[in-house]
Amino acid sequence: MTVQTGIQPISATRRAKDRLVQVLVYLAFALAVIPLVSVLWLVVKNGIGRFDMEFFTHSMRNIGARDAGGGAYHAIIGTLEQVLLASLIAVPIGLLTAVYLVEYGEGGRLSRTISFFVDVMTGVPSVVSGLFVLAFWILVLGMPFSGFAGALALSILMMPVVVRATEEMLRLVPRELREASYALGVPKWRTIVKVVLPTALPGIVTGVMLAVARVAGETAPLLLTVFVTDSINNDPFNGPQMGLPLYVFNQTILPTDVAVARAWTGALTLILIVMLLNLVARLITWWRSPARRR
Amino acid sequence: MAKQIEVAGLDAYYGSHKAIEGISMTIEPRSVTAFIGPSGCGKSTFLRTLNRMHEVIPGARVEGKVRLEDQDLYGPEIDPVSVRRTIGMVFQRPNPFPTMSIYDNVAAGLRLNGRVSRSQLDGIVEESLKGANLWNEVKDRLARPGAGLSGGQQQRLCIARAIAVRPQVLLMDEPCSALDPISTLAIEDLISKLKQDYTIVIVTHNMQQAARVSDRTAFFNLAAQGQPGKLVEMDETSKIFTNPAEKATEDYITGRFG
Repeated sequence: MTVQTGIQPISATRRAKDRLVQVLVYLAFALAVIPLVSVLWLVVKNGIGRFDMEFFTHSMRNIGARDAGGGAYHAIIGTLEQVLLASLIAVPIGLLTAVYLVEYGEGGRLSRTISFFVDVMTGVPSVVSGLFVLAFWILVLGMPFSGFAGALALSILMMPVVVRATEEMLRLVPRELREASYALGVPKWRTIVKVVLPTALPGIVTGVMLAVARVAGETAPLLLTVFVTDSINNDPFNGPQMGLPLYVFNQTILPTDVAVARAWTGALTLILIVMLLNLVARLITWWRSPARRR
Repeated sequence: MAKQIEVAGLDAYYGSHKAIEGISMTIEPRSVTAFIGPSGCGKSTFLRTLNRMHEVIPGARVEGKVRLEDQDLYGPEIDPVSVRRTIGMVFQRPNPFPTMSIYDNVAAGLRLNGRVSRSQLDGIVEESLKGANLWNEVKDRLARPGAGLSGGQQQRLCIARAIAVRPQVLLMDEPCSALDPISTLAIEDLISKLKQDYTIVIVTHNMQQAARVSDRTAFFNLAAQGQPGKLVEMDETSKIFTNPAEKATEDYITGRFG
């Protein structure tokens, strides 16, 4: 075999390989998109039937399994309150933990230990966090079933996601920016608040929204902590509440078409709520970014 | 405003590695002092010890004395933040804050340090941008992001940001190494202008630049790879470039090594 030298056209085998890999990549992409699109399609197709005013303004009080009508107002309120409370608990703690790990921990023993437990928490099944709150908050401390108990369980699931996402983003902020700020005589804590966090903000918001999306769809921890109700309860600190995932679960186990239709619409509403929250968060970061003033 | 710096027997470490050893020198006020020497000889490390920026790197520490007029910068009661406020720094790569506009970048040092009134701030921003020869180019787009400027403009923006806090000394770590010749010229002109008010120390790999802008030049060298860097000699720039006292300096300047 002679070794060819000099500038040559692309060989036929390389062309063939290129085509093959291209086809494989597109195929993999299509495979990944199929479940996503089919889920969306199914939920929209089946959920649109009960997507009416009554669904968003009424609860399930005094509505039996065979009755048409009824709505998820109580569940929507519950989900919004529980997710908001969970975020209020988990986001500050997660953010501060990440700031400690990146800016102050410097690979010491404490930061390694925290890092390890954050990893462990990431792997905790959602039922376990619900069980923990049930055992500790409700059984040992004697607190009632409430939306807040659910929020506690959800915040346990959110925290590690927020910590990891924020940590990644903070590590991406170049060292030169911190040094530029120090060189202006800005103390470390102000550098973090005014330079590091704003630079990492879009990424942090994405991470927080992923965490919100994750917990908004959790059923198991809610089942054990907020209990279940068919009535409207606006107070998340007292008495059983509802949540959309619970609502969907409760309606699907009923053997009637009207109940199953309600479940589909509940699922559609949940997807829309998460999408809407995402959109709002993105708008806020866009609003604050200097690119807007270009 | 400008003050004299006196360094005596300074060693700097990264962990257990000694990067520079036994440096003593006097840096005159209202003049430009250039540091030259081969890569890895500790010029930048030494520069960063002058405003306590060395110690922000984990594991880094300093031994010896640095005095600004009558104050020991490494004294136990001295706040490093106030040292950096007094001795400003410009870095090798332009590093404007990406989330801030041109105006906010210049105002950053003042705003992040305390309360200044808006009208006062306007005045200082304009004055600093004029001081950095950037005002005419950006006066119509102060609200645009600082990161949208060209490399040379960004570096002048960083200089404006550094002089906006009114330091007494300005340290520059290879401020032109990432810039084209025209931007370099603009910065060199600026340095000559700034030396009327500030004590300026500049690290450079460009010997012509050292010869052009500086009044005094210090030559650093290291005995071998892994050994700490040392100050070989320091003198009037004209003397260093025409008749240095040490053979090593002459070899370096004439391009026989490094």
